Amino acid sequence: MSHYLVKRVLMMLLTLWIIVTLTFSLMHSIPGDPFASESDQLPEQILANLRAKYNLDEPLPVQYVLYLKNLVMLDLGPSIKSDTRGVNDMIADGFSASATLGAQAIVIAIFFGITFGIIAALNRNKWLDYTAMAMAVLGIAIPSFIMAPLLINFFAIKFPIFPVATWGTWMHTVLPSLALAFGPLAIITRYMRASMIEVMNQNYIRTAEAKGVPTFTLVVKHGIRNAILPVVTFLGPLIASLITGTFVVEKIFAVPGIGKYFVDGIFNRDYPVILGTTIFYSSILIVTIFLIDLAYTLIDPRIKLTNKEG
Amino acid sequence: MAMEQRIDPLFRPLAKQSEAHDISMRPSLTNVQQVVRKLVKNKLAMLGLAIILLLVVMAIIGPHLVPYSASDQSLLTKNKPVSAEHWFGTDDLGRDMFARTWAGARISLTIGVVAALIDLIVGVTVGGIAGYMAGRGKRGERIDTIIMRVIEVLYGLPYLLVVILLMVVMEPGMLTIIIALSATGWTGMARLVRGQILQLKNQEFILASQVLGAKFSRILFKHLIPNTIGVIIVNLTFTIPSAIFAESFLSFLGLGVQAPDASWGTMTNDAMGVILTGDWWRLFFPGLMISLTMFAFNVFGDGLQDALDPRLRE
Repeated sequence: MSHYLVKRVLMMLLTLWIIVTLTFSLMHSIPGDPFASESDQLPEQILANLRAKYNLDEPLPVQYVLYLKNLVMLDLGPSIKSDTRGVNDMIADGFSASATLGAQAIVIAIFFGITFGIIAALNRNKWLDYTAMAMAVLGIAIPSFIMAPLLINFFAIKFPIFPVATWGTWMHTVLPSLALAFGPLAIITRYMRASMIEVMNQNYIRTAEAKGVPTFTLVVKHGIRNAILPVVTFLGPLIASLITGTFVVEKIFAVPGIGKYFVDGIFNRDYPVILGTTIFYSSILIVTIFLIDLAYTLIDPRIKLTNKEG
Repeated sequence: MAMEQRIDPLFRPLAKQSEAHDISMRPSLTNVQQVVRKLVKNKLAMLGLAIILLLVVMAIIGPHLVPYSASDQSLLTKNKPVSAEHWFGTDDLGRDMFARTWAGARISLTIGVVAALIDLIVGVTVGGIAGYMAGRGKRGERIDTIIMRVIEVLYGLPYLLVVILLMVVMEPGMLTIIIALSATGWTGMARLVRGQILQLKNQEFILASQVLGAKFSRILFKHLIPNTIGVIIVNLTFTIPSAIFAESFLSFLGLGVQAPDASWGTMTNDAMGVILTGDWWRLFFPGLMISLTMFAFNVFGDGLQDALDPRLRE
């Protein structure tokens, strides 16, 4: 077990290092530098000072080592477009908004996804099943960047229930969380339904039924625990899609989150910001996938971490 | 012989029959026919297929149905709602939304199909090699391990983040989007194919076939490929919409197709500024097309998956 954990952590660090190296070399393979657009207007000396300030005058390997050194100290460097604030400040700034949205969306997606999936599976080929599946199909068909303006249109303009375009109270978080959760919710519903149908057809369920186990116990104790594993497998990609979903949703709802800084960074070609937020997102994703793998063993005792293949 | 005396008189050996009788393999055509028959019965899947065909046809002829081109600007007729002249209305530069929508369809569908095909070719080759090599001596194990490590690392990378990074660095355009999408996209297919091959390799009917002296090419073409092809095709029908989604997502962020070219993503993004003014057609048509595409490919893929699943056969 501990041997496995050490190996996994090393593997995670390796992945992270590859991401850092890849993003760093990608960012620096672009011709010119972030001040290229200002080079006609600014005097030589100021440009040289700017470059020196951001270490851009050093040779690339030196810049890389400097960046790695800072990274180990958890310093993601300065932002080129903002004089006073570094990438760390931006992430610290945006984290609470992004985390609130992300956490609410995950909870909504998992809770309702699993519930709807079970209801659909237990009422297979009845109207409840068809309703749940129709919703799931809509959720898969409508991307978050179309869902978001639709929600704004209906629940903020036509029926002004929720406030938009500002940020502050919990009411402001409802629509963006829903827009984010809708897609993952639909996918979890489908996975849960398919897996629940398969489990409920198993012999051990029939045996339990024959023994006279009440339906509730049958579903909760025997059904869900066995059916939930494929859903857990899906949580990794789900977190990834939630993270990328936050970019557009935060942009549309004007949420002051990390995603907004990332998108602004792309528009401004602010390379340290793009680099820093990418590394931040990647670390969250890698750690989450690791935690999900650990969660497998809790849900399914048949899976041992030490096994090479699942 | 002594053996013959021990045989029960009730059981007499059967006269030797022709060789052909021993090889009892169902012609593979029947399998395809069965799948097609089941697929045709699935109304939702057929609806999906119809929508896909309609979108493809409109992508080809759509821009020619109206006397405007996708980039013709006319400031006199800007922000016009749906009318007889402009079937899908016009945008804030007076460009005809109908022409733009179908010009966008060309770009979106091409990107989806090409990216999915590249994923297919690379993924099946790499996954097939890894699956075949696994358990084939030390060298084979090592090749499999190396491939799997590479895939593991690529899979651990946040897919859209990498695509965004590549798009930031490279010249924006269709080719770039396809390259960026395929750079990490093939790993899913490779994992799938490797898993399938590994699972099949150790199944009884393959072992039986080996024991009976079948050559590798026969096992490959009669057992491995027919048993994997369904999963591959199903995966393909899900890769195309996700590539189309990624393209609109990128274009929405301003990283994809560049002006004056239209794509559903850029059109949605352009419409974002006017959702408060009530110009509903600006968001509605590109949004509808993206959603229809997602819907059509997904239900068709689902239907195909069901039709190919032998466990669901009656």
